[in-house]
Amino acid sequence: MTEDTINKDTPWQELTIGGNIYTAGNAVEFKTGDWRSTTPVFIPEACKQCGLCFPVCPDDAIPVNKEGKREDFNYDACKGCGVCAKVCPFKAIEMK
Amino acid sequence: MSNLIEIRWHGRGGQGAKTASLLLADAAFNTGKYIQGFPEYGPERMGAPITAYNRISDEPITVHSNIYEPDYVVVVDDTLLDSVDVTAGLKPNGAIIINSTKDGAELKKLLKGYSGDIYKIDARKVSMETLGKYFPNTPMLAAVVKVSGIMSEKAFLDDMIGSFKHKFAKKPEVIDGNMKALEMALKEVTKV
Amino acid sequence: MGIRERLSGNEAAAIAMKQINPDVVAAFPITPSTEIPQYFSTFVNNGQVDTEFVAVESEHSAMSACIGAQAAGGRAMTATSANGLSLMWEMIYIASSLRLPIVMSLVNRAVSGPLNIHNDHSDAMGVRDSGWIMLFSENNQEAYDNLIMAHRIAEHQDVLLPLMVCQDGFITSHSIENIELIEDDKVKAFVGKYEPKHYLLNDKEPIAVGPLDLQTYLFEHKAQQAQAMRNAKKVIADVSAEFAKLTGREYKFFEAYRLEDAEIAIVCMNSTAGTTKAVVNHLRDSGVKAGLLKIRMFRPFPAEEVAAALKHVKAVAVLDKADSLNGAGGALFEDVVSGMYVSKVQIPTVNYIYGIGGRDTTEKDITKVFEDLKDIASNGEVNNPYRYLGLKEEI
Repeated sequence: MTEDTINKDTPWQELTIGGNIYTAGNAVEFKTGDWRSTTPVFIPEACKQCGLCFPVCPDDAIPVNKEGKREDFNYDACKGCGVCAKVCPFKAIEMK
Repeated sequence: MSNLIEIRWHGRGGQGAKTASLLLADAAFNTGKYIQGFPEYGPERMGAPITAYNRISDEPITVHSNIYEPDYVVVVDDTLLDSVDVTAGLKPNGAIIINSTKDGAELKKLLKGYSGDIYKIDARKVSMETLGKYFPNTPMLAAVVKVSGIMSEKAFLDDMIGSFKHKFAKKPEVIDGNMKALEMALKEVTKV
Repeated sequence: MGIRERLSGNEAAAIAMKQINPDVVAAFPITPSTEIPQYFSTFVNNGQVDTEFVAVESEHSAMSACIGAQAAGGRAMTATSANGLSLMWEMIYIASSLRLPIVMSLVNRAVSGPLNIHNDHSDAMGVRDSGWIMLFSENNQEAYDNLIMAHRIAEHQDVLLPLMVCQDGFITSHSIENIELIEDDKVKAFVGKYEPKHYLLNDKEPIAVGPLDLQTYLFEHKAQQAQAMRNAKKVIADVSAEFAKLTGREYKFFEAYRLEDAEIAIVCMNSTAGTTKAVVNHLRDSGVKAGLLKIRMFRPFPAEEVAAALKHVKAVAVLDKADSLNGAGGALFEDVVSGMYVSKVQIPTVNYIYGIGGRDTTEKDITKVFEDLKDIASNGEVNNPYRYLGLKEEI
């Protein structure tokens, strides 16, 4: 059994030892979107794709496509901290 | 273990009593014996009285305690006779070996009624004549081997030359002097 | 046929480490274990081992470095005593809960205060519930042998727990005695290569170690540690049997010395067991049926086996070289009597606190215990089960 299938009812015999996590990059599986009290809204018309918003996101909640352009928010991950809205020079992100 | 020999060393910090006990253990080990060599650790200061011990036997030794009823006592510094009860527990058929220039009557008086054998050696004289410096532990080591008869003088000397070659690998010039100190001490130790 | 040598207990431990040739040794000097990393650092300097020696700034850092090294995929070792172990305490629990088979030489010394550098078992008793396997050693030979067996036990997939090898500070750590060493190549073959299943420096499998473990999971992880400790019994038995084939030296969970037909018996650990053997032999010569049960494997504790080995005895004395200061008995006493109670073995049993802070324990002291046991065996009355041996007291 791996941590993918471990949940709150897993018996001790089935847990990884020491709580070790053997698959890296799995934070995406932990939905933190429901921690959010204010929500950023993306306004594509105002966006110049300057690239300032996604590097400052602490939760990697602003997906970037193959052309290097940002897309709409991943609300499963976004905690609504508002850093992206603060950093946007073009008022393309509005906190609601 | 009737063949068990227990030895207690009295010296002062810096005089090499601990080293002498370890060298004796080494020499006895090399003649096939079971050995223990250990100091009694206290606050370690140059000049403070220190005690070290040896157990030597033909059979494995399991006891792990200090020695309270030794067969032999070695006193590396006779100024200890005033302050330390060196003959405490010493077996009546055992012997005490003292580094001293005092005569027999004086030593007996200092030993307050101890009735067993007393041996003395002037380790300072031996050390100064052979090494040019005062290292009492080498002559005292030879003296205890001679008095206790733990091993033959030849076996002892043969073993010690090997030990010194190892110990003084970086200053081979002192090996001869140390060997001479042992040989001279074997002759100089006398019964009081 | 082994190499006949004479070494102090600390030298023996350092030689074992040299032969094991671990990847990392991190240690901070503290009396009386200082010589172990000191000698070992010489081996490092002389190129006799491949080990990365980390001269850390404290014992907390020593254990932290060992944890990091072991989690990274290396074999890590350290040595300490008393207050050094106290300073490691936080990390001692981290090591066992992360299931890292680190091996430590613990040269037992009284935990201050008041300040004391001499032997008792208060350091070991302080970590007895920390999830480390604990092996005790009567002399330099056993300290060496236990270390050679340590990695095989600790690293076993059914175990994966850290392990400490205890010996008495000064009494054996600084006493030169005969010892039989095993040839380097035989040790290397016996210990084997360390091949962890999961480790941090494996670029094929990036992993995370030591996550937050709250109400949902910590209980279960502790149950896993407990199971690993139970599993360790079989592994210790198996590795010891294999070691006996290699060396002829047999190690069990405990040594039952002239115990089979004994009427009175002492239970103790480390160097005092050797002194007790001498007394048992004297008493046997005069027709007294005395025996000894020397605990080697203190964690996991062989409760059932100890109870079974003592069940025919008429009176038992358990010697504790650390006082639990609980008004009810020392740690070893509590383990032995609870083991007996659960196994429905009810024998008059008495506890002696002894040897505290390096108080010398002589054959006379042990003889006194057997004298007391004769009385207890004759009338079955213990009266005071919580006693001192070698204490200066008004009677």
